[in-house]
Amino acid sequence: MKDSLVLLGRVPAHPDSRCWFLAWNPAGTLLASCGGDRRIRIWGTEGDSWICKSVISEGHQRTVRKVAWSPCGNYLASASFDATTCIWKKNQDDFECVTTLEGHENEVKSVAWAPSGNLLATCSRDKSVWVWEVDEEDEYECVSVLNSHTQDVKHVVWHPSQELLASASYDDTVKLYREEEDDWVCCATLEGHESTVWSLAFDPSGQRLASCSDDRTVRIWHQYLSGNEQGVACSGSDPSWKCVCTLSGFHSRTIYDIAWCQLTGALATACGDDAIRVFEEDPNSDPQQPTFSLTAHLHQAHSQDVNCVAWNPKEPGLLASCSDDGEVAFWKYQRPEGL
Amino acid sequence: MVGGGGLLENANPLIYQRSGERPVTAGEEDEQVPDSIDAREIFDLIRSINDPEHPLTLEELNVVEQVRVQVSDPESTVAVAFTPTIPHCSMATLIGLSIKVKLLRSLPQRFKMDVHITPGTHASEHAVNKQLADKERVAAALENTHLLEVVNQCLSARS
Repeated sequence: MKDSLVLLGRVPAHPDSRCWFLAWNPAGTLLASCGGDRRIRIWGTEGDSWICKSVISEGHQRTVRKVAWSPCGNYLASASFDATTCIWKKNQDDFECVTTLEGHENEVKSVAWAPSGNLLATCSRDKSVWVWEVDEEDEYECVSVLNSHTQDVKHVVWHPSQELLASASYDDTVKLYREEEDDWVCCATLEGHESTVWSLAFDPSGQRLASCSDDRTVRIWHQYLSGNEQGVACSGSDPSWKCVCTLSGFHSRTIYDIAWCQLTGALATACGDDAIRVFEEDPNSDPQQPTFSLTAHLHQAHSQDVNCVAWNPKEPGLLASCSDDGEVAFWKYQRPEGL
Repeated sequence: MVGGGGLLENANPLIYQRSGERPVTAGEEDEQVPDSIDAREIFDLIRSINDPEHPLTLEELNVVEQVRVQVSDPESTVAVAFTPTIPHCSMATLIGLSIKVKLLRSLPQRFKMDVHITPGTHASEHAVNKQLADKERVAAALENTHLLEVVNQCLSARS
């Protein structure tokens, strides 16, 4: 297990600050990082090393908490503590702000594009999740404000192929939303975590959702369609999400992020104990009661809390991570033999 | 003062004796010997923090005590429990934040810090602890210039 995660490189991405989040572009050639220095940096390779291709230093007055690439790879969205979300249009190495989305009352904590690229979701400490519609002229219109959570909303993520949105909150729950007659509605609440849910990740099929929490556990939720063979109760025609696995006892502090590799199915976590861990589903595990094994555990991956882990969408096993120490690290993950 | 001349929540707090200066041992003067960070050192960092309401320190109000500081230098962990003077003290979050900021500014970055309310001493113990443990909310709070000013007042030396 020791050599399953090998360091490829490390860059001081946000010196003297904290690096909060990372996002690979859909082609897997560029990595965007953001941090407490209010900047966004774009990283690419030159030979074997990672270099900074662009710096976006205008736009936000406070911490840039998260960034997200549009599915076409031509736009980057950034969510900031300054209560705004900026949309940047990529033009070679330049990024031009095409619009600033306002409306949240305070810190915007997360932003995510739907797989179609026509919808964008944002969430905030103001407890709301907003769904925005995008047209061809780069115009953004808020189509729904969802007030289902009772506290700070930490993260939003879209299903990999459907227009199904998930959010994680300081109220210890996960909520799912879908469109219904021109509006958006909350269609499921996932309860089980005992503290703040920090992040979420869908598996490649979209039938499972992983959540990570301040309660130091990871939970795997499985989707059961109405009328399922297993007899899991559903309300009306909406699918039901049931926790089928809890990974506890592995993490010693808050788990800030979780990433499900869309190519290999490996699950990586970013933890406040400075470690990165990778889990894989056991080959013969029962899909209704899956078991996962820890296949990589790097204790001192960073010198401070690890805030984010991101699998490259094209190169299997290439993982990027970032930390409160301001650094971004690149890793090669190899599944240990015998699995 | 945060109260701004309004009524004090706890007008007559009990005042406790300040502890003396830490005696310096021969081992500590020997520059060849590494000094590990201990509970007294953490206590010395936080005992002079000003109470947001009273012209007194957290030590004088018994909000912080050395026995409620747990340190492990090899494990790089610090845990501080603080005791609000009254169970409905609205300043509890601000006091906790001031302790946290003082430690963040003073200790090496390898340390993991947990600041929480002494169990059973505050009505909103769970809510305050959860907020103080959420580094994202702490980071956002410290970008708020007004709040940062208030925290800095608590941390400034009394003139």
